[in-house]
Amino acid sequence: MKRDLNIKVKHLTRVEGHGNIVVDMKNGVLQKAQLDIVEAPRFFEAMLKGRNFHEVAIITSRICGICSLGHQMSSLKATEDALGLEVSRQTELLRRILVDGATFQSNTLHSLFLAAPDFLNVGSVFPLINTHKDVVLAALRLKRLANDIGDLISGRAIHPISCVPGGFTSFPTEAALKALRDKMATEGLKDATFIVDVIASLADKIPVFERETEYISVKSDQEYGFYDGLIFSSDSGSYERDKYLDVTNEFVVEHSSGKHARFNRSSYMVGALARFNNSYDQLRPLGKDVAAKLGLSVPNYNPYMNTIAQVVEVANCIDNTIELIDTVLAEGLKNEKPNQEPTKYGRGYGITEVPRGILFHDYTYNRQGNIEKANCIIPTGQNLANIDEDMKKLVPEIIEEGKEKITHKLEMLVRAYDPCISCSVHMLDVEFVE
Amino acid sequence: MSKPKVAFFDFTSCEGCQLNKLNLENDLLALLELVDIVEFREAMDDKADYYDIAFIEGSISTPSCIERIHKIRRKAKILVALGACAVQGGVNGMKNLHPADWVKEEVYGEDKYLFPSMPVQPVGAVVKVDYEIRGCPMSTPEFLHVLKSLILGRKPEIFDHAVCVECKLKENECVLDKGMFCLGPVTRAGCDAICPTFGQYCTGCRGVISNVNEKGAINMLKQHGFSTKEALKKMQMFNALEIEN
Ligand code: SF4
Ligand code: SF4
Ligand code: SF4
Repeated sequence: MKRDLNIKVKHLTRVEGHGNIVVDMKNGVLQKAQLDIVEAPRFFEAMLKGRNFHEVAIITSRICGICSLGHQMSSLKATEDALGLEVSRQTELLRRILVDGATFQSNTLHSLFLAAPDFLNVGSVFPLINTHKDVVLAALRLKRLANDIGDLISGRAIHPISCVPGGFTSFPTEAALKALRDKMATEGLKDATFIVDVIASLADKIPVFERETEYISVKSDQEYGFYDGLIFSSDSGSYERDKYLDVTNEFVVEHSSGKHARFNRSSYMVGALARFNNSYDQLRPLGKDVAAKLGLSVPNYNPYMNTIAQVVEVANCIDNTIELIDTVLAEGLKNEKPNQEPTKYGRGYGITEVPRGILFHDYTYNRQGNIEKANCIIPTGQNLANIDEDMKKLVPEIIEEGKEKITHKLEMLVRAYDPCISCSVHMLDVEFVE
Repeated sequence: MSKPKVAFFDFTSCEGCQLNKLNLENDLLALLELVDIVEFREAMDDKADYYDIAFIEGSISTPSCIERIHKIRRKAKILVALGACAVQGGVNGMKNLHPADWVKEEVYGEDKYLFPSMPVQPVGAVVKVDYEIRGCPMSTPEFLHVLKSLILGRKPEIFDHAVCVECKLKENECVLDKGMFCLGPVTRAGCDAICPTFGQYCTGCRGVISNVNEKGAINMLKQHGFSTKEALKKMQMFNALEIEN
């Protein structure tokens, strides 16, 4: 059947930031299937110019509330790289704990509060408070626990306070850290296990769809790639951080105020599923068990499964945090002054995984320690081309399902990527003709 | 009495203030007993025609923002600006410090003519704002205080004294004495001096106090070895729209 289809979802809900889904099919031929990004511009790179190295992470944190810790980590690493500031082992351990905490907080928020309503056919998490109260409460407790990590170690989970170039400005007490550890090992793991069972029971609600693509993430031999490692492509292997521009190749498209990216193919994917595909071997035994329980194996080419990969990471992060805290406590928490005496001035790169994927910060400092040039490449921007490609393959496959169902599946697809649109448009502004 | 209809809207922002509200995990369910959340795009699909209280996050920075905020104002009985971006422009204001053309060029080079943009404004510059909740991010206890007061028909308490006052009450070690810089003397309290409490300087996110003895503060910073230029530049981080270049 040759059919016409026209879908326009304006200001898609339950995503961070503003985007529209546009699909146009005429006579059975797909003219258009894309995610329009209509978020207002932020211009962070320009705002950073001339700011001192003490201020830079405070400013870049404000690119995105939900990824604020991740932006600080990439930012601090770029600054430390540019200024030749070494950080202590304790600083690295504490930062890894923070990264785990921020990841499982964000993954919990997305998979349970923003994506799960789709599996249960409701428009938000609020009706679930009555119908699935125990699940909502467990999810809230997990989120609180993740935020407790941020509040305790960095002063505040959103826009952390005490993470500065060269280290930390304050430290929790060992007793508080121990209490947090114990809470994670008891309540945290229990709630995570419960949530995993709930999600496993909903697994059949995840649309069946596959499109193999290139997966890019941070990768390390030592650990599941988050805080540190090389840039890794599932197509062509590892790259040093200063090669990031060769990997991202950003380009401007008219329908998006966030730039698109591509590397070996017309698009690539970043985020939990990319990490899972690239770093499965480095998952902890618990993470691997949870993956098996949820029916997720490597490699997986279904973008809807990104939400499931996030749940795997929730369990993995909790387990990992417990071990990290044990290490910090075993080595004894020292009240160290941050190392803020630059040994050089120039260009530096900071690359970490944030919940939504690989994040690049690249700064050049002048001899006064002020920013000359800054560039930030954000995960959601890197996913935008891949989302469009998925839509182009998906729409013809499900064209017989009726407009309402197609629309719903497209919304679910975009949400599965957990897009962070405020982030992705940290710089561009495009006007649309409607 | 029916529950007040509450809505949340985001403009040019990082959505951190809205997320901070979702971080009220322990109070969230109790809160939902008191109000009806009728619009909250980030968390739900519904839309409404009337709001008793509309919370606005973010700055106004495009022509479509202006249209949207006017529409919301017409439907809202009480409008509350939420966070530094909405109240005084916040970090977004720094964009205005640079020539608009240069800003665009820095970001998209030769494609800059494709993209119209306008100077950043706080919400109050475009529509009437009834109440403000300051901070970057806004503090959740203050948010709860304002929301509860408005539900009870009371005026929320407004802070107009310096962060230093709260900082001294907490018996923090003054970061100036550690050789750091601090904007606590000129910044509005209400955050319980959270930054100095965690060993960091106050970056002025809650805005400048109204009766600021700006010169006095700058003299004080000078005594600690910071130039006027440096001090003003630091204040611009969250308050660029109030402090000229
Ligand atoms: S005030 Fe701060 S936390 Fe709130 S939206 Fe603006 S940048 Fe984000
Ligand atoms: S640390 Fe800052 S806020 Fe606290 S007393 Fe000193 S100057 Fe004031
Ligand atoms: S101490 Fe200063 S920068 Fe920190 S939250 Fe309070 S007003 Fe904002």
